[in-house]
Amino acid sequence: MNAPMDFSASRREFFKASGALIVSVSMAGFVTEALAEIGANKPPLVPGELDSWVAVLKDGSVSAFYGKIDMGHCLDVAIAQIVAEELDVGFESVTVFQGDTATSCNQGGASGSTGISTGAKPLRSAAAEARRILVEAAAKQLAVPVDQLSVLDGVVSGGGKRVSYAELIGGKFFNSKVEWNKQVGNFMDIKVPAKLKSPSQYKVVGRSFRRRDVEGKVFGTMDWITEISVPGMLHGRVIRPVIAGAVPLKVDVGSIKKIPGAKVVREKNFLAVVAPKEWDAVRAAQTLKVEWSAATNPYPAMPKLHDHIRSAKVVKAETETNKGDVDAVFKTAARVIEAEYEWPFQSHASMGPACAVADVKADSATLWTGSQKPHYARDGVAVLCGLPPEKVHAIWVMGPGSYGRNDGGDAAIDAALLSKLTGKPVRVQGSRSDATAWDPKGPASVHRARAALDASGKVIGYEFISKGFSRVHIATNEADPRDSLAGQELGMPTNPVEGFGTPEDNYSFSSRRMGWETIAPLLDRSSPLRTSHLRDPVGPDVHFGSEQFIDELAVATGEDSVAFRIKYATKPRAAAAIKAAAEKAGWQTRVSGTAKSSGDILSGRGISYTERRGTIVATVCEVEVNRKTGRIWAKKFTVAHDCGIIINPQGLTQTIEGNVIHGLSRTVLEEVRFDANSVTSVDWASYPIVDIQDAPLSIESVLINHPEVAPTGAGEPTIRSIPGAIANAFFDATGVRLRTAPMTPERVLAALAAAR
Amino acid sequence: MATTVKFTLDGKSRSVKVEDPAMPLLYALRDDLKMKAPHFGCGLAQCGACTVHVDGEPVRSCVMPATAVKGKKVTTILGLGTPEKPHPLQTAFVEEQVPQCGYCVNGWMMTAAAFLKKKPKATDAEVREALAGLKCRCGTHVSIMRAIKRAQQQMGGAA
Ligand code: FES
Ligand code: FES
Repeated sequence: MNAPMDFSASRREFFKASGALIVSVSMAGFVTEALAEIGANKPPLVPGELDSWVAVLKDGSVSAFYGKIDMGHCLDVAIAQIVAEELDVGFESVTVFQGDTATSCNQGGASGSTGISTGAKPLRSAAAEARRILVEAAAKQLAVPVDQLSVLDGVVSGGGKRVSYAELIGGKFFNSKVEWNKQVGNFMDIKVPAKLKSPSQYKVVGRSFRRRDVEGKVFGTMDWITEISVPGMLHGRVIRPVIAGAVPLKVDVGSIKKIPGAKVVREKNFLAVVAPKEWDAVRAAQTLKVEWSAATNPYPAMPKLHDHIRSAKVVKAETETNKGDVDAVFKTAARVIEAEYEWPFQSHASMGPACAVADVKADSATLWTGSQKPHYARDGVAVLCGLPPEKVHAIWVMGPGSYGRNDGGDAAIDAALLSKLTGKPVRVQGSRSDATAWDPKGPASVHRARAALDASGKVIGYEFISKGFSRVHIATNEADPRDSLAGQELGMPTNPVEGFGTPEDNYSFSSRRMGWETIAPLLDRSSPLRTSHLRDPVGPDVHFGSEQFIDELAVATGEDSVAFRIKYATKPRAAAAIKAAAEKAGWQTRVSGTAKSSGDILSGRGISYTERRGTIVATVCEVEVNRKTGRIWAKKFTVAHDCGIIINPQGLTQTIEGNVIHGLSRTVLEEVRFDANSVTSVDWASYPIVDIQDAPLSIESVLINHPEVAPTGAGEPTIRSIPGAIANAFFDATGVRLRTAPMTPERVLAALAAAR
Repeated sequence: MATTVKFTLDGKSRSVKVEDPAMPLLYALRDDLKMKAPHFGCGLAQCGACTVHVDGEPVRSCVMPATAVKGKKVTTILGLGTPEKPHPLQTAFVEEQVPQCGYCVNGWMMTAAAFLKKKPKATDAEVREALAGLKCRCGTHVSIMRAIKRAQQQMGGAA
């Protein structure tokens, strides 16, 4: 270890600073001050420095610097557990700082359920490396060999002597290099000489430590992104056209002249109003008279959406799985079963419209953002303002949950553009319609499935091809302003990328093919139906089809749905999860759809089994279908969840529950509505989501722990198992297949009537 | 033209200068008085995120004009309880670790608090009915129900 250098940032000071009303402003000031004070001594904030990941403060407490964020999934707690475990300090002594570009490297923000699976890796290694360095330093200082030393709660002891981490390094930098894998984002990792602990030694990992953000939320004392306030700040509201693709032709500035301080801000097709008071900005946006260019009717009639997808030219196609000779098998099959499934456009529709505050100066900028990818938001603001990224400081502050690329990225770029154009700090918070009509959407799609059976009923061939809008016509983060509405309104060239997905290769049919095809966007610029990542991108969409189709095969071959899945499951862990869910749910073995109930309320149960990057989920759903009203009530869910080693069981359980309800909502209710020239889902009435009346009575989780298996993530895997489980339960209850989502009362009634 | 609106906020008397008679209470609370807990979710009385009590009744402050609370008692979640003296619902929401993002939680607790005051022994079905229309995008509904049950037990309600 090099000579330690002084590091004055203490946790107490940090807390003292953050106690102020405007938390993040104070924190930003503090960080800047602290950085200035320690200035030249601090190693640069790069992944190859141990000090970029972990610090031991004067009082022995530990700071961990996490380049992702937690939005209420207990991730920061899990990171603290992992760091405490490897460092041998108490859990309580670890504070996790997250989502601030001044204190953490770009680990990709919240993305792809990697908060622990990849996000914890460098922190775990850094903590182990810090321990190794400290134990070696202790060995020298105490003159006791390393192998005779042990560490408990940050105190190294052996040979009757002891020294604490605080005494060894408290308040000083390690100044030690680690080997960075040169990746930026989710896969950023480091290699260290230290040996990591074996899970069999774990004492802190695996326990349900409580979340640290709950009290502030429940007592109303937490500062949200919406509370950020900067002296001299203006409130901004961006005005998006009622007609998709329309541009402002004439703006009647005089129409808002009675509103105190309200001003129009316009740059090319980007149009906004600002005012010193928030309500004045809101009413100025409502009052401003704008003449827009004519409608070009870019969208098909909504009932024709899936026909459009079927007939549209394929822009890109990819076969992701191709085993055996699928075409040949279908030619010789004794029986072929086919089905097609449809999934709608869906909105993130966050609980509140996104908010951001930006303060853009000539040579630097500060951004407060609720975006789940603050490091990328920094990059986007830097490009927009022509600043080097290191001159932009982005600070993530908790906002409404985002579940992918919601309107948060646009809010950040809107705020920065408005600040740049007005020369003042600007706070932007959208309207309800900005969050529902104008967020990037999950893509609509059609899924074609077919299976070949031999004379004995064995499935010998399987094909599943999805066709739809790309999941990334808009990038998954806002690092490039071209992928934001403001950038597109300024005339920047668009940058659509083609990509979709398939079910994971879960079943051992001897010949099988899975692939996808994408089609062009309906409107190539500033479209409210532009598509990007929505929680578990295309996972629920694809598995609504694939898991129903598996059930259709089970029924066609006269087999029980659980037994059929176990028979063809490729892995013992998958079979174990399916069994665990079925057992816990009290699954009655029979061919689905054969125990039809009578009366107005029909009951049924369904199962679905899915995987996502190593995490295995089996879900049993029990539904009641009201034959008269068409309402599906998913009364109970039982979820068996295997994501390798479990870090925090309570955090995991609640993450599963959130997935279940979000998945339920998307399966039975959610569908972005539109007409020829605009999105007509603009609020909660026109984009209904699940209500407490629709919520299940219970969600039972069976947590399957595999301490020997590295964690594979839980933020999204469960949601893809929900649509199939509900649809299969619906079939069991009614004997009718509903292959179009969402399974709304209208569709249910129509399907039941058609089957009569 | 501006009128001054005086009212009681979490037990303290406050006043706000209102320029536009149409300005909703939410903007007076958030922008003028810097209250954090009532959130803007929709501005359309569709989600509950902005709920406060006016003279003990839950109202959606995003659609109630600020001028309408003249002389009334407005209670936010800060007036409901504090970490030192928590409302049983707050204790229960902490115990059950209810909020995910938590942006909605104000609406659920404020609405439930007013309802349980009237009907502490409400059944689950009655609670669900009373809370209908509130939104939670993160899907914490099941733990909300667990927390309410727990609070009812603490308050001596619910079987
Ligand atoms: S913000 Fe008032 S009900 Fe939604
Ligand atoms: S906890 Fe996020 S909206 Fe309810």
